[in-house]
Formats: sequence, structure tokens, C-alpha cells
Amino acid sequence: MSWVKNTFSSSIGRKFAMALSALFLMIFLLQHFVINFTSVFSETVFNDISHFMGTNALVQFALQPVLIFAVVYHFAMGFALEIKNRNSREVKYAMNKGQANSSWFSRNMIISGAVILAFLGLHFYDFWVPEITTKYIEGDMSGMINGEYRYYHEMVEKFHDPVRVGIYSLSFILLAMHLMHGFQSAFQSMGARHPKYTPGIKKFGNIYAILIPAGFIFIALYHHLTSH
Amino acid sequence: MSAHKGLNLTLKVWRQKSQKEKGQMETYQVSDISPDSSFLEMMDILNEQLIEEGKEPVVFDHDCREGICGSCSMYINGEAHGPGRGITTCQLHMREFNNGDTIYIEPWRAKAFPVIKDLMVDRSAFDRVMAAGGFVSVNTSGNTQDANAIPIEKQKADEAFDAATCIGCGACVASCKNASAMLFVSAKVSQFALLPQGQVEAKERVQNMVKVMDEEGFGNCSNTGACEVECPKGISLDNIARMNREYLSASIKGE
Repeated sequence: MSWVKNTFSSSIGRKFAMALSALFLMIFLLQHFVINFTSVFSETVFNDISHFMGTNALVQFALQPVLIFAVVYHFAMGFALEIKNRNSREVKYAMNKGQANSSWFSRNMIISGAVILAFLGLHFYDFWVPEITTKYIEGDMSGMINGEYRYYHEMVEKFHDPVRVGIYSLSFILLAMHLMHGFQSAFQSMGARHPKYTPGIKKFGNIYAILIPAGFIFIALYHHLTSH
Repeated sequence: MSAHKGLNLTLKVWRQKSQKEKGQMETYQVSDISPDSSFLEMMDILNEQLIEEGKEPVVFDHDCREGICGSCSMYINGEAHGPGRGITTCQLHMREFNNGDTIYIEPWRAKAFPVIKDLMVDRSAFDRVMAAGGFVSVNTSGNTQDANAIPIEKQKADEAFDAATCIGCGACVASCKNASAMLFVSAKVSQFALLPQGQVEAKERVQNMVKVMDEEGFGNCSNTGACEVECPKGISLDNIARMNREYLSASIKGE
């Protein structure tokens, strides 16, 4: 399988792999948003879906490992490519007008990416680590506490803290910036570009990049303002 | 002679004695520069002034001075070939600047384009990429077939022609924040891949050219689009997408 190794160690192959992992992460983000959004109008629906996602074997043992791999690969390769790219220009320009030919978002994916990584650290500490501990270390797969599902209360409790809501909101603004360039860039890296559909991809990408992070901010603020 | 008010300018120019020595920005003053003169003519005036002062003139690449050869290669005020779109440095005129301006003049910056002297860089990495596959092996000398004997769709022919207008100046590499050569290599891959004569060797060509491109130390494309904006010939990002397709398809179907 040396052709696989050769392909994915080439510059184009690496970008293709970055794009594939990005597409998977964007689909994941969409479903995460839809599930979280149910919490705004129904505690029961949110609890039921959360319990299903947290205990279904296919989700837990097939999709979750793919997700973890995609997250780790996307960040690790993102940083590796950034180092390689920086090394490709040893002497910097005394004057460089990047803003004259490209967007800030496209030139600073590493900054938005690093903020998202820091956010993921907090997010994992808040939700993923306690969830894995409860289920797979303590062995409690019931999803219950005091006779009712714990998921909704666990989430709402986290959003009591205004600092956490602030950090979450700021991170989602950076995520929006990342997606503004990343969405359409993923298609370009895979060679999917045509006058017929590329304008549509760019338009849809911008809508996605604004709507999903804004929705996550709305959910955090909603629970912060309505919970007591 | 058009009546003009000459421009007095401060120039910050990169000076570097050789590839091995460190360089630095030097400041020069030029005065009474005609707004109708080209940027390279202004550089000629600076050099005459330096020679008269007993100093080393500034070394820079130039040849045709009409935007065809791709020799001139200055990074002017933070942009490849300076302000303005669809032009090379030799097509840039001093009317783009104002009296009293300070102009930064630097060489292309890329690990793959080492500075030879002052503003002149070694772009032979492009030659090595071309030698890896930027040609057709069919012997076209002697019994050349009539061009119209092979039917080619007009749209394909136009796209191939547009890609072939790349003059290999390296502005794409200079402008890219990653010093990536994807626009140049993709233009060369496209001009052959789009035509029947080039399709015979398309798979090996794209694989070999990308391999050498990577070995030369160019960065990775991150689709900022800066190359397309700064390209004097308007080479489109469509070519990069085509090369991505060609490469990935060749990796699966090729040898």
C-alpha cells in the first residue's frame, strides 16, 4: 500500500485528508447543534436523544472513534502544515500587504484553530471526561440521577457560570471565522470547483459558518438567562 | 513631452551581496521621477545615480519589459509586482505613486527561491518542476500534424490557452503566505491535461511534477487565493482544483 502512503504524505494528499476530516467534523457539528437546540424547547427530547447517543453501540464504538481520529488528525496536521509553511519562507517581508489579496480568516486559520483547540480542552473537561468516567469507569450506563435523566441538568448547570458562557461565545466567534474560510476551502482541496456550483458552496458555507456558531451561542445564552 | 511634476521618492531597497551573506534594507532618495516612467526605468535612474556616487548598483531581473518574459520579480510595497492588477513590475508606472511616498522594494521571499543578489532570486526550482513533466514526449519536429486534425472543444482549448499564459514569474509563490507554488504547477499541469496530446502522459506528469514541487521546499496551498489576485496573467484557482483532481485520480488509477 505504498501508493496510499505516498499520496497522503504529498502536499496535495495532506490537504485532501485535512478536507476530509473537516467535512466529517462539519457534519458532526451540525448534528451536535441540532441535538443541543432541542434543549431550548424540550428537556425530554434533549434527554432522550442524549441518552441514545451516549449508549448506542454504533455511535459509541464506531462513530466516536472516527470522530476522535478526525479531531486529532485535523489539529495535528493543521499544526504540522503550519510549521512546514512557515519554514517555506525563512526571511519575512519588511512590508507585506496580505489584506490586499486575501481575507484575514484565510490567512489566520492557525489562530482560530488554536482557540478552538483550547475551547475543546474546556469542553472535554466540562462534558466528555465526566461522561466517559461515569459510563466506562464507574460503569453507570443508566444516564439517571435521582430517578431522572441527568443530561439536561448537567448542561444547564455549566451555563450558570457567566465566565464559561463568555469563553464559549468567544470560541464560537472564532469557529465562525474558521468556517468562513474552511468550508469552501475543503471543497477546493478535494478538487470540487466549478462555475456552476462553487458560488453556491461559498454562499452555503457562509450561511453555515454564521448560523451554526450563532446557534450555539444562542443556546448557551438561553440557558444562562433562563435557568435558576 | 507631457507636462509633469517630477516625483521625489524615498526607496527602501533590499541589498544582499550574495546568497551566503545576510542582507538588509537600504534607504535611497530619488528625485524628479517622471510619473510616465515605468518602475524599472525608475530603478535604472536609481542605478545611474548609485554608479555616479561610486556605489554598487541594485541588481534586479528584467528582460522584455513588456510583461511577457516573466523576468521582473520585485515585491513592491507589500505586493508582488506592486499595486495594480494583471501587470508585471515592468508594466507598473510611477503614476501609481505620489510625491513624497516611501516605496519598499524587496525580492521574492521563499526558501525555494534563494536570493542570488539584491532583488534577483534563483527561480530554477520552477525549471526542475518543468523538467519533471512539463512537456509532451511526442516528437513534434518534422512531420507536424495540422492543428485542426484533432478536434478539441472550444471551451477546453480556451482553458488550456488561459493556463498556458502563465509566464512563470513566481508572483504566486511570492504572494502566498505559505510560499506555495501550486498556481504555477497547476497551470502547467492544466495546459497539458486539458488537451488530447497531453492526456497520454497526464497521470505520470502530475505525480512527477507534484513530487518535485514538494521536494523543492515550497509550502502547502491553503486556498487563500492571494496567488490568483496577484498573478499578472490572471491564472485561475480553477487550475489548482483541477490539479488536485488530476493528482488524486492519478494516485488511485496510476502506476
